[in-house]
Amino acid sequence: MFAYYLELALRSLKRNRVLTALMVMALALGIGATITTLTVLRLLSGDPLPQKSAQLFYPQIDPNAKEGYIEGQTKPDQLMAYPDAMNLLQAHRGTHQAAMALTQAKVMPKQVNARPFFSDAVMTTADFFAMFDAPFQYGGGWTAADDDGRAQLVVIAGFLNDKLFAGANSVGRVIRINDHDLRIVGVLKPWAPQPRFYAQDLGGRSYGDGDAVFLPLQTARAMEMGPQDTECYAAVPDIRHLETAPCEWLGVWVELDSGAAVADYKTFLDGYVKQQVALGRFQRTETSLLDLMGWLRQEQVVPDDVRLQAGLAFGFLLICVVNTVGLLLAKCLRRSAEIGVRRALGATRREIFTQFMVEAGIVGLAGGVLGLLFAELGLLGIRHQPAEYASLAHLDTWMFMFTFVVALVASLVAGILPAWRACVLAPAPQLKAA
Amino acid sequence: MQIQPILAALRRHRLATLLIALEIALACAVLCNACFLIANRIALIHLDSGVDQSSLATVQLTGYEDNQANDLNARVLAGFRGIPGMQSVSVLNSIPFGARRGTAGMTLDQAGQKFGGVVEFYVGGPGSLKALGVKLVAGRGPQMDDFQAFTGLMPNNASVQITRALANHLWPGADPLGKTFWLGDLQYRVVGVIDHLVRPDPGGWPGDRKDWSIFVPAQTGVFLSGSYLLRADPKDLPRVLREARDMVRKIAPDAVLDQEGSKALDDLRAEGFQKDRAMIGMLVGVIAALLLVTALGIVGLASFWVQQRRRQIGIRRAIGATRNDILRYFQIENFLIVSGGIALGMLLAYALNLVLMQHYELPRLPLYYLPIGALILWGLGQLAVLGPALRAAAVSPVVATRSV
Repeated sequence: MFAYYLELALRSLKRNRVLTALMVMALALGIGATITTLTVLRLLSGDPLPQKSAQLFYPQIDPNAKEGYIEGQTKPDQLMAYPDAMNLLQAHRGTHQAAMALTQAKVMPKQVNARPFFSDAVMTTADFFAMFDAPFQYGGGWTAADDDGRAQLVVIAGFLNDKLFAGANSVGRVIRINDHDLRIVGVLKPWAPQPRFYAQDLGGRSYGDGDAVFLPLQTARAMEMGPQDTECYAAVPDIRHLETAPCEWLGVWVELDSGAAVADYKTFLDGYVKQQVALGRFQRTETSLLDLMGWLRQEQVVPDDVRLQAGLAFGFLLICVVNTVGLLLAKCLRRSAEIGVRRALGATRREIFTQFMVEAGIVGLAGGVLGLLFAELGLLGIRHQPAEYASLAHLDTWMFMFTFVVALVASLVAGILPAWRACVLAPAPQLKAA
Repeated sequence: MQIQPILAALRRHRLATLLIALEIALACAVLCNACFLIANRIALIHLDSGVDQSSLATVQLTGYEDNQANDLNARVLAGFRGIPGMQSVSVLNSIPFGARRGTAGMTLDQAGQKFGGVVEFYVGGPGSLKALGVKLVAGRGPQMDDFQAFTGLMPNNASVQITRALANHLWPGADPLGKTFWLGDLQYRVVGVIDHLVRPDPGGWPGDRKDWSIFVPAQTGVFLSGSYLLRADPKDLPRVLREARDMVRKIAPDAVLDQEGSKALDDLRAEGFQKDRAMIGMLVGVIAALLLVTALGIVGLASFWVQQRRRQIGIRRAIGATRNDILRYFQIENFLIVSGGIALGMLLAYALNLVLMQHYELPRLPLYYLPIGALILWGLGQLAVLGPALRAAAVSPVVATRSV
């Protein structure tokens, strides 16, 4: 039966090529625009660490003054001051925990005539690599003892290793950073979570290449490397002594492996803040412990323009669907006589309905194929846009399949009304008119 | 032409009429808002920076120790001044469309209770304000003894120039000259008002806030170094900048030249607005596709109606209607449908604007966009229906005599 409908549909579509082409074209434009923007949206709002994100949590506290505080409504700060970060780290309540800040590292190549250059750097603590599953090509990370001992060591990214050591195993060699000699203990494999969740609010980019240099927090601070972003909550006597200044400049992440561990940590965090209030350091008791994806949602990491474009594309698709409804309706009303004959010969309403839905589905599939082409063109355009995520915009298998889902759903939704009109036509007047 | 029979005919095709009207309404809503978004972006791109952009460039140096700052400033200023064609070299912490180093919240009282706003502090050495080429509209520019040395992050007790937009915001209706304000414990006194001086990052600020800038004169030093403003004739500027960039290797081998940040202001501006240009392109593309699809829809349905009514058209022709009458019929029919769509579309456009205002920092849709959108859609409708209507007008009266 289905084959028969298919044949009928194809014949009907062929009979009116211009109208069919118009429908397919309009649907394809809408699908192309939607898939293009959805691909970008999916890319930008994706999970940077799918295997780990559910276990990573971002504790937040609020050291601000009492003024302007409304209990239960004021959100705690995004960053953390040094003493609090260290207190949380030293409590060792999570499987792993690390504090981090972004900075710029002045790298001095060994080659003669080479100019110094700046690289994106992370100053952090020992657990960073294990907690974020950062993969090592050579060597490994450092230990908590190295953190405390301000060990002169560093982990570099693969691309920096390629640049400085032509990709050779550079573990044990020395790299000159900010006029200090640091020993390389590890080289990372290519690692650039998108979005770069740990850089949120630390003053870095959200997308694009990963960081080049990772060094122990204490070591970096001893070398007078400063964080990219600093938020102060009280008058600052001396900005250079950030460790004691009333300023927030660190992000803290903890790995918590079970729901019970999360609940425990939240209790611990609330307790810590209450203790600080009792000590007179804090006035506000608000805390927050978001998981990785929750944190990214709160940070609204996806740029406004991208969300706007996606909304626009959906609006456009809606118009295209309405357009298709109109054209399908015109087509099916034109065939009233044919429907009358089929009904008179014994076709049920359900059969007529199915026949027209099959026709709509074929239009949808054709629109999907053409829409895929438009989407590839659109993504080509996106890749030439001046955005840090531009080079990542590619259609993956999921979006490929999703294109056809969108196409089928759009065309079938568009087909319901015309198909229903066709099946409720009374056969007798149509036969008479013919 | 009587409208009555057209309405009667449309009533028999309620569903199709409704669909076309709905499509027009959606198109109207998206069209008005997309045009408004485009207009906003264009206004941003063509924003008046208040500075002589095409004569200005900047060189950004980093990676030197604090104790070398004064020495570096001296070497760079002396070296750059020797470049033929260089009109002036000065030190300026923030650069319009470039480096941003002075964004801070200021207050109108010392206790910090009366918040003034988040503004840009341009801290500049001697000659920098003159080099920018801003227009002074009241008070005076910086004098030699206004440029005082400072040790903290920012100078204290300085005599400053502020933009007119900021003056109007802080002291609406009052004379800003002689007024004081605070940045934490640091105090500043307004001695001059400048017409425009754009923030380094105007794209991130709505409306007048793009222009909330303050010029603080200061002597160069540890906290005012490494960021240089170069002025030359626009014809010489590319060469002067190239020579200055090359010279850094010789006169400051220990410092790192910020390749991305050391450019002509025109280039920095173009780069800063690249995303907005891309967005405009995307919006124009969507509008074009939208109008195309809507027109195709009208053409398709009108063609269908013409075909369906061939006999009626033939009869009308046979009993005396001219070709023009038939043409008018379809044109008026289209006008009525589109008008219905526009009426609904205006409400939708307004609703969509409210949603956009809630989620993005977008102002209210000015009402004049609605008639403009309506005109475009009426024009589009007439254009789309012209082909089918002409075909209808060409139907021969003899059709009426045939049975099918």
